[in-house]
Amino acid sequence: MDKVVLKLDDLEVMANKEDTILQAALDHGIYIPHLCYHPDLKPFGGCRLCVVEIEGRGLTISCKAPVEEGIAVRTEGPEIDKMRRVAAELLIVNHYSECLQCARNTDCKLQDIAAYIGIEEGRLQRLKRTARDLPLDDSNPFFIRDPNKCVLCGICVRTCEEINGVGAIDFAFRGLDTRISTLKDKPIVESRCESCGECVVRCPVGALVPQNMRKPEREVKSICPYCGTGCGIYLGIRGDKIVSARGDRDSVVNKGQLCVKGRFSYDFVNHPDRLTTPLIKRNGVFVEATWDEALDLVTAKFKEAQEKYGPEALAGLSSARVTNEENYLFQKLLRSLGTNSIDCCARL
Amino acid sequence: MTNTVDEIAGAGAILVTGINPTESQPVIGYRIRQAVRNGAKLIVADPRRIQLAEIADVHLQFKPGTDIALFNALAHVIIKEGLQDQEYIETRTQDFQHLKKMVEKYTPDYVAKITGVAAEKIITAARLFAQADSGSIFYAMGVTQHTCGTENVVALTNLSLLTGNLGKPHAGMYPLRGQNNVQGACDMGCLPNVLTGYQPVHSDRDTGTYWQRLKGAVSRQPSAVSREEAGADSSVIESIEFDEPISLNMSVSDTIRAKFSRAWGVELSDVPGRTIAEMFHYFPHRRSRIMYIMGENPVLTSPQAELVREALEDMDFVVVQDIFLNETAQYADVVLPAASFAEKDGTFINTERRVQLIRRAIKPRGDSKADWEIIQELANRFGLNWNYSSAEEIWDEVRELTPHYFGGMSYERLDAGGLQWPCTAIDHPGTPILHKSKFARGIGQFSTVEYRPLAADATDEDYPFILTTGRKLYHYHTRTMTGKSDGLNSLIKEERMEINPQDAEGLGLDAEDTVKVTSRRGSIKSKINLTDRVPPGLVCMSFHFAESPVNVLMNPAVCNMSVASGLKSCGVRIEKA
Ligand code: SF4
Ligand code: SF4
Ligand code: SF4
Ligand code: FES
Repeated sequence: MDKVVLKLDDLEVMANKEDTILQAALDHGIYIPHLCYHPDLKPFGGCRLCVVEIEGRGLTISCKAPVEEGIAVRTEGPEIDKMRRVAAELLIVNHYSECLQCARNTDCKLQDIAAYIGIEEGRLQRLKRTARDLPLDDSNPFFIRDPNKCVLCGICVRTCEEINGVGAIDFAFRGLDTRISTLKDKPIVESRCESCGECVVRCPVGALVPQNMRKPEREVKSICPYCGTGCGIYLGIRGDKIVSARGDRDSVVNKGQLCVKGRFSYDFVNHPDRLTTPLIKRNGVFVEATWDEALDLVTAKFKEAQEKYGPEALAGLSSARVTNEENYLFQKLLRSLGTNSIDCCARL
Repeated sequence: MTNTVDEIAGAGAILVTGINPTESQPVIGYRIRQAVRNGAKLIVADPRRIQLAEIADVHLQFKPGTDIALFNALAHVIIKEGLQDQEYIETRTQDFQHLKKMVEKYTPDYVAKITGVAAEKIITAARLFAQADSGSIFYAMGVTQHTCGTENVVALTNLSLLTGNLGKPHAGMYPLRGQNNVQGACDMGCLPNVLTGYQPVHSDRDTGTYWQRLKGAVSRQPSAVSREEAGADSSVIESIEFDEPISLNMSVSDTIRAKFSRAWGVELSDVPGRTIAEMFHYFPHRRSRIMYIMGENPVLTSPQAELVREALEDMDFVVVQDIFLNETAQYADVVLPAASFAEKDGTFINTERRVQLIRRAIKPRGDSKADWEIIQELANRFGLNWNYSSAEEIWDEVRELTPHYFGGMSYERLDAGGLQWPCTAIDHPGTPILHKSKFARGIGQFSTVEYRPLAADATDEDYPFILTTGRKLYHYHTRTMTGKSDGLNSLIKEERMEINPQDAEGLGLDAEDTVKVTSRRGSIKSKINLTDRVPPGLVCMSFHFAESPVNVLMNPAVCNMSVASGLKSCGVRIEKA
C-alpha cells in the first residue's frame, strides 16, 4: 500500500494513501472528536465535530478529507473549538440524558465528546433535553429504539444499508423534526428489519440498546452454534449464565458480523427444560436415574440385542450439531461394536 | 465449498439457486448483498421470489423440478454465443464435446416451454454469468454420497467449468450447509461407507468405482462431482501414505480397515452399513433393532415421519442423547443428558471447510456431560479401554488417522483462527481455494445430465399443488434451540404456509384460516401466509414447528429427483380446515 507522510499537530506520521485525516489520526492514537464516523462505514460528514485545520487551507471535516503528502494538520485551535462547541451543544440540547440509567453509560461517544470539549456541568444541565417526549419503540424483542437520545449520526442507517443490505431504516421528516424511521414510520418489528442487531452494536449513544442488557463479567471466544457459516463469537458470561454475545471482529469468516440467531438466541443454554439427569422409561414414563443405572442398562441391552441378532442390529445416528471429536468417537464406538450403520441427519 | 465466505463480496457474478441464504445462512446472505452493492451481477434461479430476487439482475422463476433443463439452457447459450472460457476448457477439462452435444437441444425457446421462464431472461442470465470476471454459484447442499440432488450439482458444475470458474478467487461452488457441523459429521466418518476424511471402510459398488477410478482403472463417473464437492477431494486422498504398500490382492478399503483396526485395537467389519433411510424406511429385514441417536430429531426431520415413528416404536431399544427432551426422545428407553456447545471444548467445521475451536464457557447443566465423555463411558463398559482426558487428545487421534485432511491442524494453530482442510502438515497453510492449480483427477470432467420430467409425486387432479420446504430466519431446524427464545418465538409464533393470494382466493381462503394439507402420505394442519413470494400452484412450509410436521407429507423415495428448491417437494391438496 502506498504511504504518505503528513504532520498532525507537529507530529510527523505515516499514513496509507487511501486514509482520511481522521483515520490517520485515530490510527496514531490522536483523538479527534467524532460522532458520525464509523470505521466500517463510508464517511458521512454529518456531525461536523471532527473539524480540523489544514495549514494554509482552513477548516475541513477530517472524516472526509483524504491525507496528502506534506500537509500540516491542526486538531486544536480557537476556531476549531468554537465550531465543535456549537455542534456539540446542539447535539446535547436535543439529547435526553439520564446517563446513570442509560445502558450506554461509560461507553457513550457523546459523553466522550462532552468531556473532551469540556462542556461545563451547569450549562449542560440547562441545555439538555429533560423530557422524553418521543415514544420509545420496544417492538423488537431484542432491542429498544429511543429517539429522544438519537444524535442523528446516521450510523444505523448506513449500517443497515452498507453492512447487511437490508435498508430497514432511514432519515425521515425535516429540520428539527428529523428522526430515524422505518418506512411509513411503523414499529421496527413491522418493517423489513431482520433483527441482526448490527445497528445496535454501532450506535454511539443510548438510542439503540439491547433489551434487558446485562454486562458480562467475562467473555469466552467460541463459534455460533446455528448455521454452517460458522461465525466467530464472544460469549458474555455472568456467573454461570450466557448474558450476551458479540461478533468476533478478528474472524475471517464473519468479521464481527452476526445474524439474529448468533447474536441474540442463547436462551436455550440456560433454559429450565434442559435435561439435567439421565432418564429411564419405566412403564411408559420417564423416571430419573443415575448415570450408572442408565449406562449399565444401555450396555446390557446393546449386548443382549447383538447376541440375539448379530452386531448389525445396532445402528447410530450422529449429529450435525455436536463437535468433531464427539462425532469421531461416536462412529468409533459403533464400529468398534461391529456395525457400520452410522449416518447423520445431514439432509435438512 | 470450493472458496471462502470472505471472497463473496468481491464476486463478479453470483448465481443463487435452490437456497434462500438471507434466511438460512444470513451472514452469507449479507455478503451476497454486499457483493451486489459492489457491482456483482446477481442471478436468482428459484420458483419462489426469495428476498435476493428483489435485488437480482435476473430472476429465473422456473417451474419446480425443471432446474436441470434451465441450467442446460444456460450452458447452451454460453456455448452458442462463444462465451465459454476456451483456454480453461482446453487445458483443464475433458469431454467438452459431450456437453456441447448434449445441450444442443436445450435452446432458450425449448426450455422456456419447459420451465416457464422467458427465453430472453435465460439468454440474459447466461451472458451475465459468463461475461463476468468471476462467477460463483450458491446452492443447497443435498448431502454427501448417498443423496438427492446430485444431478443439479452436475449441471451447475458444468456451468462453473464452462466459464473457468473453478479454482480461482471470488468464484467457485458454494454448497451451503444448514447446520453448524454437518461438514464435520461427514468429515469425521459418521457415514456408513467411509471413515474419517472419506476413507472407505468397505468396497461397496460406489466407493469401489471411486477408488478404482482414482487408481486409474475406471473414469467418468458423474457422481464423482458430488463426492468431491462433499469433501472427498481425491487429489488429497491420493496423497495418503500407507504404512505398507497396497498389495495387489488387497483393496484400498482393506488397507484402510487394517490401519484403523490396528489403531483402535478392534477388528473392523466390512459389512456395508445402513443409511438413515435404510435404518427407518426400507429393507424391513435389515432394520435395526437398537438405535443410538445423538443430538438429532429424526421424528421431525426425516421424510415421512410416520414410518420413523413406527420404526422407533418397533425397535428393541432406543437411546437418545440430547440437551432437550425432543420429539424423538419420546420414543427412547433411555435418555442421556448432554452438555451444550457452551459447556465443552472441541471443534466444528463450517461450510467453507474451516476447522474452528469452541471453548468451554460455563459448566454443564445439572448432571449433564459432554457427549464425548458419555460415549467414552459407554465404550469402557464394553471393555474398550478408552482414556481420553480432553477433546484435544481425541482430535490428535483424528489428525493421526487422517493426515491428508487434518494432519497440520493442532489445537494450538486452530486457536489462532481456524484452518481450512486440506492442511496436511504443521507448516501447511490450509486450503482456502480448492482445485487451484489442478483438479482432483488432474482434469475437470464435464458430465451430461438430461432433464427428465418429474416422475415421483407430481401433481394431478387430486393433488394439484406442489409443496416445497424452506427455512425461516427466526428459527432453526426443529426449534429445539430457537424455540426456547421468547424473543424469537414472539417474532414467529407458528407455522404459516406460504400460498399465492390467487390460489387462496380460488380455494375461498381468508388470511386467518387454517388449512389441511394432504399429500399421498398423510395430512397436517397449518395457518397460511398470503404472499406472492410463491407463484400460483406452489406452496411452501418450514419444518420448524412440531405442530405442523411437514415431513409427514414428504416422500422418502424422491432422492434422485431433482427438485427446484434443492429440498424435497411433493404434490398436495389443500382444504380449509
Ligand atoms: S439511532 Fe443511534 S446510530 Fe442511529 S442515528 Fe441515532 S444515534 Fe446514530
Ligand atoms: S437490526 Fe439489523 S436489519 Fe434491523 S434495523 Fe438494525 S441493522 Fe437493520
Ligand atoms: S451468526 Fe447467523 S449466519 Fe453466523 S453462524 Fe450463526 S446463524 Fe449462521
Ligand atoms: S465524524 Fe466527521 S462529520 Fe461526523
